[in-house]
Amino acid sequence: MPLLAVENLAIDVERDGQTHRLVHDASFSVERGETLAIVGESGSGKSLSALAVIGLLSEGLGIAGGSITFDGRDITKLDEQAHNALRGSEISMIFQEPMTSLNPVRSIGHQITEGMRLKLGLSRRAAKARAIDLLEEVGISDPAQRLKQYPHQLSGGMRQRVMIAIALACKPSLILADEPTTALDVTIQAQILSLTSRICRDHGVGLVLITHNLGIVARYAQNVAVMYGGRIVEQATAAELYRAPMHHYTRGLLSSVPRLDIPRNVPLSPIAGAPPDPLQVVPGCRFHPRCAAATERCGQEVPAPHHHGGHQVACWHPVIERPEHAMVQA
Amino acid sequence: MTATASLLEFNDVHVHFPIRQGLFKREVGRIRAVNGVSFDIKRGQAFGLVGESGCGKSTVARAALKLEEPTSGSIRYAGEHVSLLVGPAMVKYRRKMQAVFQDPFSSLNPRQKAGQIIAEPIRVHGLKPPSQIKAEVHRLLDLCGLPTRFEGLYPHEMSGGQRQRIGIARALAMNPELIVADEAVSALDVSIQAQIITLLEDLQRELGLTYLFIGHDLSVVRHICDHVAVMYLGRIVESAPSEELFSNPTHPYTRALIDAVPNPDPAVEAGRHVEPLAGEVPSPANPPSGCVFHPRCPLATDRCRTQSPDLQTIEPNHDVACWNSPQAKATPTTAQRNLT
Repeated sequence: MPLLAVENLAIDVERDGQTHRLVHDASFSVERGETLAIVGESGSGKSLSALAVIGLLSEGLGIAGGSITFDGRDITKLDEQAHNALRGSEISMIFQEPMTSLNPVRSIGHQITEGMRLKLGLSRRAAKARAIDLLEEVGISDPAQRLKQYPHQLSGGMRQRVMIAIALACKPSLILADEPTTALDVTIQAQILSLTSRICRDHGVGLVLITHNLGIVARYAQNVAVMYGGRIVEQATAAELYRAPMHHYTRGLLSSVPRLDIPRNVPLSPIAGAPPDPLQVVPGCRFHPRCAAATERCGQEVPAPHHHGGHQVACWHPVIERPEHAMVQA
Repeated sequence: MTATASLLEFNDVHVHFPIRQGLFKREVGRIRAVNGVSFDIKRGQAFGLVGESGCGKSTVARAALKLEEPTSGSIRYAGEHVSLLVGPAMVKYRRKMQAVFQDPFSSLNPRQKAGQIIAEPIRVHGLKPPSQIKAEVHRLLDLCGLPTRFEGLYPHEMSGGQRQRIGIARALAMNPELIVADEAVSALDVSIQAQIITLLEDLQRELGLTYLFIGHDLSVVRHICDHVAVMYLGRIVESAPSEELFSNPTHPYTRALIDAVPNPDPAVEAGRHVEPLAGEVPSPANPPSGCVFHPRCPLATDRCRTQSPDLQTIEPNHDVACWNSPQAKATPTTAQRNLT
C-alpha cells in the first residue's frame, strides 16, 4: 500500500458565482522513501494538488471529487481539527519563499520547537535538544546560537534549511516541497536539494517535489507526473519519461530547455503559444491549441489517461518510441 | 567599422557604495559591488555575465547603462569615454543602448496600452514623424512576433511572455546597437522562456545587435552567448568563449557552478555524484582576504588566503583568476567524467 494515493482528485474554485474546475481527475501515489516530482508551468495545478493533500486550499477553493488516501485513511473528509492533527506531524510542507513562510517576529528556536511541543508533547528542554539536533542535521553551524536568532538574520539558504528543520521536526512520513529552491542561487539550490533528498531517503520519508525545473527532476526524483492545464498528462518513472516521452507536451518541454551537454548551436524548439488561463474552458485536450499533432478529435474529446509501456499518458496520439531490444526481438 | 571592433569596454571598473551611519552620515565602510572589472564586448557579440546574487552582475549592467557612475576605472562605448558624455552626445548614447529587464510586469506602465508603450520613445526622441509612428509600432510588434491587435492591449491583459515581447519591442524602438538584458528570461515559464530565447537570437541575427546578457541560468547563458564571464563577489574570475568555458572550465567556482546545474536527463544524472559547493557567498561589505573565493574553495592554499590572483590568460581569449589553475584544470568536472 502506498504512503499517499491520490485518485481522481478534482479541485474547484468559486469565482463570481460560477464554479470553475482547476484540477481534473488527478491520480498519483508516493511510497515511503521515494520522490515523486510534479512538473508543470504556472497555472498547471501542481501547487493546488499539493495544497489539497495537506488541507491548505484557500477560501473559495475546494475538493470537488476523488480521494486522497494517506497511510490507509481517506483524508478528504477530515474536519479542520483532524486535519490540524495530521498537518505538521505526519505530513509537512516546505514552501518556496522561506522569508514569507517563516514568522518574522518569532525566533528560529520558537518556530522549530512549537510543533514538537504541540504535536509530540515534548517538554521545553527536550524540544530544544531536538531542535539543536535538527539544525545540525540540516547543516547549520553553531545551532544553539542560531535558535535565538530571527529569520531576517539568516541568508536565504539558511532560512530554507530552517524550513526543512521545521518540516522534519515532528517526524513526518510525507513532505510536500513546493518549488523549494526556486528563489535560491544554483550552488545553494544544489546544497538544499541534496540535503532534502538525503534526509528523506535516510528517514524513509515520502517526498512530493513540485518544480518547473526538468533538470532538478532528473537529478532528484524517481517518478514524475507532468501537469498541464489542470490535468496530469503523462506519468512514468523519471528514467522512462525522459528516455521516451510520449505526450507532445512532455516532448515540447524537454526540447524547450537549453542543456549543457548538447552543442550550443543546436536550436531550441519552443512550444508555440502560451499555457491556458486556468479559468478558461478549452474543449477536448487542453493542450490541443498548441499541439502540432492535434486532430479534430483532440478539440472535442478529452483523452483519458491510459497505460502504455510503463507510462500513463492522456493523449489521443501519443508518440510511441519502440525500445531497441523490442525491435531486435521483432 | 570591422566586425571585431570593440563596442563596450570596461577597464578596471569599480563601483563602490558607501555605508553611512550615525548623525553625520559618516562613511563607515564600503560595499564593493564591482571591484575591478574589465572586459571588452565586440560589435555583434553576445556577451554573457553569470554569477549568483550579490556578485555584482546587475551593477555592471547599471554602470553600462550609465545608471550608476563608476567609483574608478573607465567605460568606453565605441571608443568614447562614457563618463565624459554630456548633452546631445549623452542622449545619443542612451539611444544606442537599451535595456530589457527581468520582470516585464513591473517594467511596463500598467496604465498604458502596448501601442503607447512602444510609441513613447519614438515620439520623445523624435525618431519618426507623427504620421509614421503607428506603422513603426506595427513593424516592431511584428518583429517581436505579436499580431497588430496587441497595440490596443494593456499589460495585465497579456501573458508573461507577451509582456516580455512588448518590453523587447520598446527597446528596439530606439534602433539600438546594444541591448542590456538583465535576467530577461528568468521569470518566464519553461515553454515561454524558449520562445523568448529564440526571439532574442533571431533579432540578433536580423538586426546585427550586440548583447550584454546577464543571467544566473548557465545553460541559458551558454545557449545565447558567444563569450561568457563568470563573476564572484564583484570580480570576474573566469572569462572565455562559451564553448571553451563550458568544455574547459578552470576556475574552481566555474566548475562548481557547472556541476550544480542538473542535466534534464536521469540517465546522465544517475552516474553523477555531485558534491555541492559548501558555504555561501560572503558579504561584499566585508570580503575575504586574498582570493575572494578561498573560504569555499576545495583547492585553497595559504597563498590564496593572503594574495588576490589577477586574471591570467591561459589559452587565447581564456582568462582565469586562480593561483591553482593548473591543478584545477587537471581534475575533471563530473560532467566531463560522464562524457568519457
